[in-house]
Amino acid sequence: MTVIERREIALVDLLDRLLAGGVVVAGDLTLRIADVDLVRIDLKALISSVSAQVPSPFEVLEARR
Amino acid sequence: MNDLRYVYAVCRPFEAALQSDLVGVGGAPLKQLAHGGLVAVLSQVPEADFGYEPLRAHLEDLDWLTGTARAHQAVIAALTTVTCPVPLRLGTVFRDDSGVRTMLQDEGEQLRELLSRIDGCVEWGVKVYAEPTSEPEQAEVPQHGPSASGRDYLRMRRARQQGADRMWARAESFADKLHRDLTARAAATRLHRPQNPELSRVSGRNILNGAYLVGRSASEEFVECVERTKDQEPELRVELTGPWAAYSFSSPDSENGEEVW
Repeated sequence: MTVIERREIALVDLLDRLLAGGVVVAGDLTLRIADVDLVRIDLKALISSVSAQVPSPFEVLEARR
Repeated sequence: MNDLRYVYAVCRPFEAALQSDLVGVGGAPLKQLAHGGLVAVLSQVPEADFGYEPLRAHLEDLDWLTGTARAHQAVIAALTTVTCPVPLRLGTVFRDDSGVRTMLQDEGEQLRELLSRIDGCVEWGVKVYAEPTSEPEQAEVPQHGPSASGRDYLRMRRARQQGADRMWARAESFADKLHRDLTARAAATRLHRPQNPELSRVSGRNILNGAYLVGRSASEEFVECVERTKDQEPELRVELTGPWAAYSFSSPDSENGEEVW
């Protein structure tokens, strides 16, 4: 099989799969993390980290006024 | 304090050894737990981090989430080289071995069905981005100085809008056709929601974010099919990721190409 260039996997591609994919097993689970809206959490975490590291577009626009 | 069991994947029993330096989240050694013809691959994790409430809190911490996601993926990727694992959702944690055994018992039928569906297959990710390169407002509008008429302005606006409409229509039909071509070569297809450019930090708007389940033997042809499209449209970018374990095809309702979002 062809192996594509092995760059480090982008986090956003990984989270597409780890948070929205993978089998959710139920049954005798004592902890039910699958109930949590993981995708919402992931976006919240990512967006807050983006805005902490780079200025948000809104701040840039306001600074130019 | 009692350690919990973090389960990465369920596989059929496999002979091959995993790489010796492979560890799970938090650097803990991996273990296999067999029950009823299935094997759960797990490691022990501290309750202080993986109990319900701490895990919930950790998931909002991007650094923690990144480290855990990468550790999870490293285990799945290693398993993929020796068998065809069904990956479990990130953060699937059990109280003890007996909880894992009960899960293998209760979910056995579903897991065996998933294992046979993805047997011999890998997942490829294909994304299409639209990247408008030209600014029609400058290219198409003659400048008449500051006193350009209202009519010129409206003409400019219209030309610009039509240019953009054509670009988006082309992008959409390109992505549709690519998705159909790839679906024809795949055992199953699933669409992820388009990625937010703020999160992916790449240029262009993501208009297709597809996952394709493809037999290992058919993968070379699939990859070539994607590669051939790469330079067909100057304002579109095609990105291939993989091979992945069958993450996007590990739920019972994921075989009909429905959208995840």
